[in-house]
Amino acid sequence: MEPLTSKKKVLEQKPLTFAERMYLPAIVKGLSVTISHLFKKEATIRYPEVEREFSTNFRGMHSLKRDEEGRERCTACGLCALSCPAEAITMIAAERKPEEKDLYREEKYAAVYEINMLRCIFCGLCEEACPKEAIYLDGPIVPSDYLRKDFIYGKDKLVEAPLNK
Amino acid sequence: MDIAFVIEKFVLVAIIFGISLLIAMYSTYAERKVAAFLQDRLGPDRAGPFGILQPLADGVKMFMKEEIIPSNASKWLFMVGPGLAMLTACIGTAVIPWGSDITIAGRVIPLQVTDINVGILYIFGVVSLGVYGVMIGGWASNNKYSLLSAIRAASQNISYEIAMGLSIIALLLVTGTMSLKEIVEQQHGWHWNVLYQPLGFLLFMICSFAETNRAPFDLPECETELIGGYHTEYSSMKLGFYLFAEYINMFVSSAVMATLYFGGYNYPGMDWVLLHTGPIIGPLIGTLVFFIKIFAFIFFFMWVRWTIPRFRYDQLMHLGWKGLIPLAIANIIITGIVIAIIEKF
Repeated sequence: MEPLTSKKKVLEQKPLTFAERMYLPAIVKGLSVTISHLFKKEATIRYPEVEREFSTNFRGMHSLKRDEEGRERCTACGLCALSCPAEAITMIAAERKPEEKDLYREEKYAAVYEINMLRCIFCGLCEEACPKEAIYLDGPIVPSDYLRKDFIYGKDKLVEAPLNK
Repeated sequence: MDIAFVIEKFVLVAIIFGISLLIAMYSTYAERKVAAFLQDRLGPDRAGPFGILQPLADGVKMFMKEEIIPSNASKWLFMVGPGLAMLTACIGTAVIPWGSDITIAGRVIPLQVTDINVGILYIFGVVSLGVYGVMIGGWASNNKYSLLSAIRAASQNISYEIAMGLSIIALLLVTGTMSLKEIVEQQHGWHWNVLYQPLGFLLFMICSFAETNRAPFDLPECETELIGGYHTEYSSMKLGFYLFAEYINMFVSSAVMATLYFGGYNYPGMDWVLLHTGPIIGPLIGTLVFFIKIFAFIFFFMWVRWTIPRFRYDQLMHLGWKGLIPLAIANIIITGIVIAIIEKF
């Protein structure tokens, strides 16, 4: 038969030497390999207590930012929802009342802002699209949960903690 | 037979039974920990500090599981199997001398349930019975994988019992007695039998790996080929009994190896220690040393399990019949010749 490849190397199978047929030298060698691992540092990270260190450009949970005076930056322009390839963001805009001046920065704000964390692919396009620097994916890993509805995060979970007043 | 004797034996049996169950329980924990450490992992560490309560959690889980008996199984034998495996695993501890005699209030208490003069034969009998639990369970399950596993277990045990028996004969030539107590007493201080019978010890150890169905001879329960082997159909505490019996077997065979070849409760400098610590503490230190040896063997069992891959069935038979048995016979002949020469001069 024609050889299927141009490979010339012929593997020859030598009969086992006496030491090899005894098994024991190989077993001792194997045992020494495994015992050496007993003294190595374990690679496990005890997750909920200890977290792996992330790179600086890691994209985690979203947070809606506030400005220097503690007002919400988001103006509900909808660019993030538009840019979102997974269609995970929905929002309802509302007009700011005069007495809410120190709550929202612009005259229009997001009354409802929801991100479905099961749809989100953490691509970061929303933070790129945002003209107001209002949304960043700088949070931790999104925690697990039992129900689908609990993965729809509203403003209560997304908006940054207010400045100390 | 006075009442004190009965109480003494009863307490001793209860203690030994409790200790072997406790050690078997924590062997499951130790196995997982050793496996983890040998693979750069942590192992179970959630239940209690360092996962100390893990065996309890496992036990509770086992009890809570649903009891399933396959409709076509032989019900009675299906239930007898795990009990038999457990029973034969436990009764092996009866003849093992756990320490030298303790003297309490002028009464000499031997730390051995019974010193029968055919102790080694008794151990052999019990070990051969051990395979019945596996065989009956495997057959009664009415499952082809279980049956295959039962057949494997039977043939494996028969093959390796021969080599084991032959390796013991060489030991008997050296010691001249079958009583385990006398064998231990002869190994006073440093005169451990492993120094006189290194090859015999090696053969005996390999055979005990096969007898206890531990890796690399765990063919009866190899997951890759036979699902779960003989306990495929078992659930709940019946499965727990099988798994438990394996660890008790491991404990007993470690104890037998330590007794026969590694001096049991003897250790260098024991005379000095016995003289200075009195008739109760002294023997108990010996018992402690004995248990350290047992733990070392149990660790070795685990260490080997996480190192060596399983033998193929034909390799297993090849090793047993063409490797170990001729070696054991050669060992007998050499031992006999050496003893004859020594007695001549």
